[in-house]
Amino acid sequence: MDARFINPFVSAIRQVFETMVHTPVRVGKPMLKSAAGHNPDVSGVIGFSGDAAGCVILSFSFDVAAKVASSFAAATITPEHPDFADAIGELANMVAGNAKAEFHGLSVSISLPSVIVGRDHAVSQSRNFPHIVIPCETCFGAVNVEVGMKSERPQPARPVPAGATP
Amino acid sequence: MRVLLVDDSRTMRNIQRSVLKQIGHEDVVEANDGVQALAELARQRPDLMLLDWNMPNMDGITVVHKVRETDKTLPIIMCTTEAEKSRVIEAIKAGVNNFVVKPFTAESLGAKINETIARIK
Repeated sequence: MDARFINPFVSAIRQVFETMVHTPVRVGKPMLKSAAGHNPDVSGVIGFSGDAAGCVILSFSFDVAAKVASSFAAATITPEHPDFADAIGELANMVAGNAKAEFHGLSVSISLPSVIVGRDHAVSQSRNFPHIVIPCETCFGAVNVEVGMKSERPQPARPVPAGATP
Repeated sequence: MRVLLVDDSRTMRNIQRSVLKQIGHEDVVEANDGVQALAELARQRPDLMLLDWNMPNMDGITVVHKVRETDKTLPIIMCTTEAEKSRVIEAIKAGVNNFVVKPFTAESLGAKINETIARIK
């Protein structure tokens, strides 16, 4: 995947979690999804369309998601609470919105959030492009940021230097 | 002063309501999309609107266009994840008075609200 789609999500997760969830974020080495290990219990999903298409998924265990949602909402939010999915979806929305602001020169829209809640679930996605998992550690536990993006805008042809053979 | 909060996230509305309370504004009404916002505007006659951009049924920028057809003076603060310069310009051109990018601190949101209120007075 184009590296320019990774760094914006690293910056966004840090900014959103430090500002709204009140936890520092330690970002690990990005890896291909196939190497990322077991499935999550809670996933906040945002789709992208326009000059770049794909999605970002914030995924958590139940325990971490509840702690993150509670810190964000400044209230106790268990997975059974009516605002639990809302809080996770809004965090995913902020991460996606902040990241897309850094896709310089690309016009991209984001979807409304979807939140999947269920122990050890999997989110199937397009196999047409690779999905990268950015492992993050917060003071509430692990959060994975999964990014699958591809540019829908053709890359401009590089000028051929004078005298070069094609 | 009555404030209309418009955001499809109840968590976000609760956070905004808490910030408003901290700066002395407790007369707050809420709407969870643009359609409900227009209905609440007519019913509640707020003095200020804090408005999200991306919402189901009707988005925030459409609300701004509709409001400005008949009301040129209602102060509107757009509070959104839409952080690109082009979006800010689009919102200002549509008639938004101030712009807050999510994520925000309580202090920064409170300051923007106070700044907008001070401009009205």
